[in-house]
Amino acid sequence: MDLEELVARAEAEIAAAGDLRALDAVRVRYLGRKGELTARLKGLGGLPPEERRAMGQAVNAAKARLERAVAARRAELEREAVAARLAAERLDVTLPGRGQGQGTLHPVTRVLARIETLFHGLGFEVAEGPEIEDDFHNFEALNIPPEHPARAMHDTFYVEGGLLLRTHTSPVQIRVLRERRPPLRIVAPGRVYRRDSDLTHSPMFHQVEGLVVDERVSFAELKGTLHAFLERFFEARLAVRFRPSYFPFTEPSAEVDVACVMCGGEGCRVCGGTGWLEVLGCGMVHPRVLENAGVDPERWTGFAFGLGVERFAMLRYGVDDLRLFFDNDLRFLAQFA
Amino acid sequence: MRVSLAWLREWVEVPEGAEALAERLTMAGLEVEAIEPAAPAFSGVMVAEVLEVAPHPDADRLRVCRVAAGGEPLQVVCGAPNVRPGLRAPLATVGAVLPDGTRIRRARLRGVESHGMLCSARELGLADDAEGLWELPPEAPVGEDLRRWLELDDQVLEVALTPNRADCLSVRGIARETAALHGVPLGGPRWDPVAAAREDRLPVAVEAPEACPRYLGRVVRGVDPAARTPLWMAERLRRAGLRSLGPLVDVTNYVLLELGQPLHAFDLARLRGGITVRLAHAGERIALLDGREVALEPDTLVIADAGGPVALAGIMGGAGSAVGPGTRDVFLECAFFAPGAIAGRARRHGLHTESSHRFERGVDPAMQREALERATGLLLEIAGGEPGPVTEVVSEAHLPRRPVVAFRPQRARRLLGAELADGEMRAILERLGLACEAPGEGPWRVTPPSWRFDLAIEADLVEEVARLHGYGRLPETPLAGSPVMPPAPEGRLDEGRIRALLADRGYHEAVTYSFVPEALQRRLDPEAEPVRLQNPLSAELAVMRTTAWAGLLLALQRNLARRQERVRLFELSMRFVRQDCEIKQEKTLALLAAGPAWPEQWGLDSRRPVDFHDVKGDLEALAAATGAPGAFAFEAAAHPALHPGQSARVLRDGEPVGWIGALHPEVAGALDIGVPVVLLEVALEAVRRARVPRFEPLSPFPAVRRDLAVVVDGAVPAARIAETVRAAAGPLLRELRIFDVYTGPGVEAGRKSVSLGLIFQESSRTLTDEEINGVVARVVARLEEAVGATLRQ
Repeated sequence: MDLEELVARAEAEIAAAGDLRALDAVRVRYLGRKGELTARLKGLGGLPPEERRAMGQAVNAAKARLERAVAARRAELEREAVAARLAAERLDVTLPGRGQGQGTLHPVTRVLARIETLFHGLGFEVAEGPEIEDDFHNFEALNIPPEHPARAMHDTFYVEGGLLLRTHTSPVQIRVLRERRPPLRIVAPGRVYRRDSDLTHSPMFHQVEGLVVDERVSFAELKGTLHAFLERFFEARLAVRFRPSYFPFTEPSAEVDVACVMCGGEGCRVCGGTGWLEVLGCGMVHPRVLENAGVDPERWTGFAFGLGVERFAMLRYGVDDLRLFFDNDLRFLAQFA
Repeated sequence: MRVSLAWLREWVEVPEGAEALAERLTMAGLEVEAIEPAAPAFSGVMVAEVLEVAPHPDADRLRVCRVAAGGEPLQVVCGAPNVRPGLRAPLATVGAVLPDGTRIRRARLRGVESHGMLCSARELGLADDAEGLWELPPEAPVGEDLRRWLELDDQVLEVALTPNRADCLSVRGIARETAALHGVPLGGPRWDPVAAAREDRLPVAVEAPEACPRYLGRVVRGVDPAARTPLWMAERLRRAGLRSLGPLVDVTNYVLLELGQPLHAFDLARLRGGITVRLAHAGERIALLDGREVALEPDTLVIADAGGPVALAGIMGGAGSAVGPGTRDVFLECAFFAPGAIAGRARRHGLHTESSHRFERGVDPAMQREALERATGLLLEIAGGEPGPVTEVVSEAHLPRRPVVAFRPQRARRLLGAELADGEMRAILERLGLACEAPGEGPWRVTPPSWRFDLAIEADLVEEVARLHGYGRLPETPLAGSPVMPPAPEGRLDEGRIRALLADRGYHEAVTYSFVPEALQRRLDPEAEPVRLQNPLSAELAVMRTTAWAGLLLALQRNLARRQERVRLFELSMRFVRQDCEIKQEKTLALLAAGPAWPEQWGLDSRRPVDFHDVKGDLEALAAATGAPGAFAFEAAAHPALHPGQSARVLRDGEPVGWIGALHPEVAGALDIGVPVVLLEVALEAVRRARVPRFEPLSPFPAVRRDLAVVVDGAVPAARIAETVRAAAGPLLRELRIFDVYTGPGVEAGRKSVSLGLIFQESSRTLTDEEINGVVARVVARLEEAVGATLRQ
C-alpha cells in the first residue's frame, strides 16, 4: 500500500473514532510502537539510500500529519464529552432551594431594637429591672403615696408580701438612680402589667422608659430629643405637640401627640378623627423623685419619658388588633421577617 | 367632667366657639375628650299649650286637642295619658323633624285630622324614659321655639381631668382656668348670705378636726315637698350627666357642679340629737343610700347622730337619714374633709361618688360658707322654707395652708430652656390667682390660692408658667452635654445576637403572658410552688410561670388548632421561681420545636419528625456563638414534663442551667398535642456569657487523621467515650469527631458501633507515624478498660 493511501485510511479512521478510547486505538495502530507508520519508519533501512531520504521525509511528514489529526480529534472528542456531561448535569434552576427556612423576630422586639438603637446613638444605655416589684419602687419613690388617686389609674396585680407586678417601667428610674450616680442616660425596656383586658388593653404589655439626669438638663432638650426620636422612628417629618399633663413623678409633665401617621393629620379611624395620636408621656424628673433616690435636685435636673411599645408597633406596621401581639399566631409572626 | 358651654358662659366670657375653646383647654392640660351637642338635632318644635281636650270619635285611647302654639290654634290628635287642658308641652309642628329622622306631616288619625304631634322628653332625645307628654312649667312661653327657649343649641365639653386638677371639677373651676388662659376676668352669678329666719340650730361636734377642719351646717324648715325643680336647673344637671331627683338633691348637686363643693341634705326629722363628726367605732355598720350596708373600719370618718353613723363623711349619705318626697325640714351639711381622711375609703367599699372624687383630690377649704349660702338661696327660691343660722365648727390649725413657694425666675428659665421675661412669668402666676411678692433680688415669694392643692414647690410653678405660656411655644433644642461613652462588654453576647441566631435557624419569636393557668403550671413543674396573683383576671392568668414552656405550649395548641403542622417558637423572657424564701426573677431562653424537622420541601426527608438532637444542634449553635462550646455539657436526667429517655440537664461550666428534651407523651396527651415536640429552656445568662477570642498561632505542620470504630454497650453515653478518648490521647489530639453510630447486622444486639475521627496535630513539628500509632494504641486500650470497647473488625 502506498503511503498516501495509508494516511488517507488512517485519517478516515481518526475522523470516525467515536470516543477517546477508539481514537487511542487508531493512534496505536498507526503511530504506536508497532504501528503501521512506525513500521514504515523502521523499514526505511531496507530501502536503497537514494530512496531512503525522500521516503524518510515523506513518512515523517505523514506521521506529523496523523499526530495533528489525532490531537485535533482528541480535542474535539473532549469538548464533546464535556458538553455531554454538562448537558447531563443540567438542573431545574427554578426548583426552590433547600434548608431550614427563616424565622422572625417579634414585632415588639423589632420596635424595641429600633428604639434602643436610636437612643444608643445619643449615649443611652439599656437598663433593666424586676417585673415583680415592691410598692416603694413602683409607687412611693415615684411620688405616688398610698391612696394617691393616680394609683386608681394603675390597675395593679398584687402577688404576696406587698409585692406587685410593676405597672410601668418607671421603677427602673429609681433603681438606676440609686445604683449609679449622674450624669446618666438610660432607656429601660420591659414588660409591664395592668389588671385590664379588652379590645384595646392587654393585662401584659411593653414599655420603654427613658431617663436623662445631668446638670442643666432642660425641658427644651426634652422636646428636642423626643421630637427627633419620633421623626427618626417613623422615618417621616412629623408635626409633634406637647400637651401639659400630670404624672406624679415628673414636673412639668407633658403628653406628646404626633400628627397621625395613618392619615397625616387629616383625621381617620386610628386617631379618632382628631388628626393626633398620643404616643408618649414625659416630663422633667420631679425633685422629690431625685431626692428619694439620693440625688441633689438643686444640682441635677433631668427628664424622663415612657412609651407603649405595642402602640408604636401598631402604628409602625399597621397592626390593628392589640391581641395579635400575644396570640403568637404563626401567620402573624411570619410577617415580621 | 361635663361642662355646658352655655353654663360656662355665665361665668366667663368665651370669645371663641366650642372647638377653639376645647383646643385651648386641651393644650393647657385640661384635655377635652369630646364635644357633644346638648340635645340631638330636631327642628320645628314649639312650646304649646293645650286648650281643649275632647274624646276621639273612633278611638278610645286618642284625644282630639286644640293646641295654642302661636298663631291660630291647631287641632292635634294625641294618645298620651297626661294630656289635659292648661298643660304646656312641646309640639312638633307640621314640617318638624324629630331626632330619629321622623318628619311631621299633616295626618289623619282614625279619620281625624292632626296638625302636629305633642311630644314626650324621650321623643326629643332629652330623657331615657318618659311617661306621657313632657310637662313644661307654666311660665314656658307659648309659641316660642323650644330649642331657643331652652338654649338646646348648647354644646357640652367632656373634660378629662388629671388627678392634680381637682380645682377644675366645677363650672367655676373651668371658668377660672378659661379666664386665666384668655386673660379675661372671672364673672358669674353673685349671691348674698341668706339671713336666718328662725333660731333653730342642730348642735355640731367635730371630734376629728384633723380629718374635718371645717364643718358648716344649717337647718331649713318648712320646705315645700310639692315643689318641682325648675327646668333650667334640671337641664343643666342633665347636660352635666346627672338626673333630676327632686329639689333637695338637685340643689346640692347643682352647687356641687357649679362650685365643686359637695353638700349633703339630711332629713332633719330622721336625725336624733346633734351631729358628731368622728371616726367610726369598731364594728359599726351603716346602711347607705344606694341600698347597701357596709361595715366600717376605725379609720373611716363618719357623720353620726345620737343613734350612730348617718353618713360616710364625704362619700355617701345613709339611707336612714335621707331626704325623700315627704321631707319638710332639712339639715344642710357643707364641710371640708381633708383629702387624706377620705382617700381610698370609698374604693374600699366599692364606691366612687361625685363627692368622694372631689374630697379625695382636694376641695377648696375656703369655700364652704359661700357654697352653703348659695345652696340655701337656691333651695329657698325653689322650695321655700325658713333657714336657721349657719353653724360653723372650724379648726384653723388643721386647715390646709398654702405654702409660700420660693420661685427663682432664672431657675425657671434654665429648667425650661427658654428666655421668658420676668414680667410674663409674673403675669401668668397672677392670672392664675397666685400672689407674688418679687423683691428686687432673691427668689420671689409666691402663694398659691386656696383651691390649688397641686402647687407646693418651685417646679409646680414652673409648670404653670410653661403651661400658660404654651408648651408649643417653648423651644426645642438637641440634648447638650457630652454623653459618657457606653460600655460594650465583649464577654457578653447581645440578646439581639441570640434572637437573630434562633430566627436564622427557623424559629419565630413569641411573646407569651407571664401568668399562666395553674393546672398547666402544675403539670410542667409540679414540684414548684408558683407565685400566685392575689387578684388574677381569670383562672387562665392566675400564677406566675416557673417555666416559659407554659406559654409556648399554649401557643402551640392554638397554632395546631389553626392547622399549622410545624411550629418552631422561641421566647426570651422572665421566669419566677422561689429560692430561699425569695422570688428569683430570671431571664430565660425557651424554645419549642414541633412537627417535622424540616419545612416541607423536595430533595430531603422533610417528613422526618423533629427529634432531640435537632434541637440540641440549635443549642450547640448558641454554645458555639459564645466562643466556649466546650463549656456546655448534657447529662441524661428526668424532668416531669419531659420524656424520661429523651431529656437532659444542660450544664455550663458544670453548673445546671437548663433542660432539653422531648415533651413527655403523657403531658402531650393531656394537652391534646398530637405532634412530636422538643423543648429547651436555659438561663439566658448561660448563653450570653461569652469568651473573648484569644489568638493561637496557626500550626504549619500537617494534621493527621485516624479513624476508629469501637463497639460498646448500647447504654454507654457518647460523652463518656469522648472523655475517655481525650484523656487517653492527651494534648496531641486536636479534634475528636463522632461521625457514625451504628446498630444492626454485624453488631451484637445490645451493643453499638461508634465511629470516631481523631485529628492530631502539633504546633512545632510534624508528628511521626510511630508517635500516632502509640497514642491510638493507648486510646484503644483505655477505651477497652473504661467502657468495655472492642475494635470493630
